[in-house]
Amino acid sequence: MKQPQTSRRSFLALAALTPFAVAATTACGTSGPGASSANGGASMWYLSGEPNQTTMQKAVDTFNSANSADKISVTYFQNDAYKTKIKTAIGANQAPTIIYGWGGGGLKTYAEANQVEDLTSWFEQNPDLKNKFFPASFGAATINGKIYALPNQYVAPIVLFYNKELFQKAGVQPPKTWEDIMSLVKTFNDMGVAPFSLGGQSRWTSMMWLEYLLDRIGGPEVFKAIFEGKPNAWMDPAVIETGTKIQELVSADGFIKGFSSITADSQADQALLFSGKAAMMLHGSWTYGSMKKAGQNFVQDGKLGFAPFPTVAGGKGDPKNGVGNPAAYMSISSKASDKEKESAKKFFKDGILTETVIDAYINSGSVPIVNGIEDKLNTSEDKAFLNFVYDMAKNAPSFQQSWDQALSPTAAEALLNNIDQLFLKSITPQQFAENMNGTLGK
Amino acid sequence: MSNAVSTAPRATARIKESKQTEQRKAALAWLTLPALFFFLVFAVIPLVGVLILSFTSWDGIGAIGAAGMDNWFSVLADPGLYNALGLTFLIMIVSWLVQTPISLLLGVFTAGSQRYRAALAVLYFLPLLLSSAAVAIAFKALLDPNFGLATGLGLPFLAQDWLGVPQLALGLVIFVIAWQFVPFHTLIYQGGVRQIPKSLYEAAQIDGAGTIKQFFHITLPQLKYTIITSSTLMVVGSLTYFDLIFVLTGGGPGNSTRILALDMYLRGFRANLMGPASVIAVILVVIGLVLALFLQRLGGKDKQGSQLEGL
Repeated sequence: MKQPQTSRRSFLALAALTPFAVAATTACGTSGPGASSANGGASMWYLSGEPNQTTMQKAVDTFNSANSADKISVTYFQNDAYKTKIKTAIGANQAPTIIYGWGGGGLKTYAEANQVEDLTSWFEQNPDLKNKFFPASFGAATINGKIYALPNQYVAPIVLFYNKELFQKAGVQPPKTWEDIMSLVKTFNDMGVAPFSLGGQSRWTSMMWLEYLLDRIGGPEVFKAIFEGKPNAWMDPAVIETGTKIQELVSADGFIKGFSSITADSQADQALLFSGKAAMMLHGSWTYGSMKKAGQNFVQDGKLGFAPFPTVAGGKGDPKNGVGNPAAYMSISSKASDKEKESAKKFFKDGILTETVIDAYINSGSVPIVNGIEDKLNTSEDKAFLNFVYDMAKNAPSFQQSWDQALSPTAAEALLNNIDQLFLKSITPQQFAENMNGTLGK
Repeated sequence: MSNAVSTAPRATARIKESKQTEQRKAALAWLTLPALFFFLVFAVIPLVGVLILSFTSWDGIGAIGAAGMDNWFSVLADPGLYNALGLTFLIMIVSWLVQTPISLLLGVFTAGSQRYRAALAVLYFLPLLLSSAAVAIAFKALLDPNFGLATGLGLPFLAQDWLGVPQLALGLVIFVIAWQFVPFHTLIYQGGVRQIPKSLYEAAQIDGAGTIKQFFHITLPQLKYTIITSSTLMVVGSLTYFDLIFVLTGGGPGNSTRILALDMYLRGFRANLMGPASVIAVILVVIGLVLALFLQRLGGKDKQGSQLEGL
């Protein structure tokens, strides 16, 4: 008699409580920005940080005031946090309509899981839009012959920056060969200045060294084979030589003391260069804009020098080859409603890379990926740097996309982890090559 | 006769009484339902989910495919797992050795009723108010070898590459964990010490025991269960240290601070290997359960027994 009574009561209690609990759990699930586009329009996630955040916000505001039915709502996230968040959101079907990314291996994962829209036919219907961009910028957006993303923003090669004041003081020239680098390391260490600044904790910063060295030593074909997953591609002698050179540089105190605890997100690596604590820095061209903003008048007074990456004796790579990000990319979530997709496409066509946005990028020291901007670049106060970048983007025989973006996320994480250990000298170049060889095809 | 008469109502009373306790027990049973419900939704179901995921291959985005025992074999054969396990236990043991004496002594000290002790206690408890991420960011900035506190104050011996040298980074992680969690355990010990009856100390004083003897013969034995509780929280908690280390070192330099919880996260959400990450999650759960049970056993079978016999 008692038993059933209890269970009936507990059942009632459960029944009474369930709606609250479900409401509580679903509330967590839907409060994300991914679902904020209920009233037409589209949602977008973008990276925080200046100057790009302001540029994007202005572009969105302009678009929204002209297209009240297709309003874009944008949420900003920090770079490293965003990379994880967007993956999780896509996996949970909570992605925003517009997915910002870097193309390559990450985009491939999304495309193969049918999470992003195939934009090939849409680009065919809009040839003007397609022809507006540098043709090379479509490479990382194309998976198995289909275009899955809109290239946008600017081209960002990796550049060797240097502090002209320190070079003058030491009476030396920027390096042209690997030997120059090693002798400059000695010169600056004797002066009590760190030769190279590096934000090693971010790991992709250290990776930029390997990207250039492997290109200069073995040519672009070596990484191409790795990218295609050819057997034993990582065991190429050029990879071992690259690793050996890196450890030579680390052993000679080439990098600033404590480099493995400096993060790029804090921009401390850039501060070391403009505050005269380090003489050189290998970094993305986007740091030009942030140093211009943060470095008092370091850039404005012409103290920031820049040069292509030096050659390596006996190497196969063309010294004009570049590495870096050919563009940024935006895809459309295939889980979005038709209305949201239409709004996003409209924004792609009319809202991104408008004349105002192009001018804003150029003013912040970047080269937008649109054709016919030579005049604008030449009248800019940063024309020397802009033309240097433009020339690399336009004339480089090979422009290799950043490895961690080109490879699959699984291989990229293993790569970054092994690069970190290579720089710490806790593994040998041979072990590095072997460890990476195990990730081929993953 | 009189006996028979008097037992009858007593028996009915006893029946009534047992009926009442039964009813009370039933009421108590359904009071636990909300808790059980949340335990089911947020603990049991995810746990089963993780166990199932550990036998699948999934990149977190695409379709989930069966993988049999592959993940288990690959993770168990991976030296990275043993590195992470070793680091986890190292941090756990050293953290316990560092934190327990400090928080025990601080707890005893702050349990006193003097005004200055209360004022100092407020200062000691401050780190409790800060989130792990904030603590990590602050320490990272202070310890920066080029722009940190050492450069600011002109103390070159402090300008070590604290987070860039594997051994230093590990030591520093243990230090920051202690800095953050000692206040919490101090609070537990403070409460424990205040529960100890004054009469015990008075009796000891009459017997001529000094402060140190009182500490070892009264305070410490009386705190037995407090020590077990605090140790359980420390040991099981150290399995899940994540946020602090993630922000402070990201597992680096190299793999020198890549503890199990961090290893799980990096495999799952950075390398898109949800299967192997789930294997590590299952391992974490098992280790946590075993440790918690072991520590409960340390309390002895007479856990319900009183420590205050004769009072």
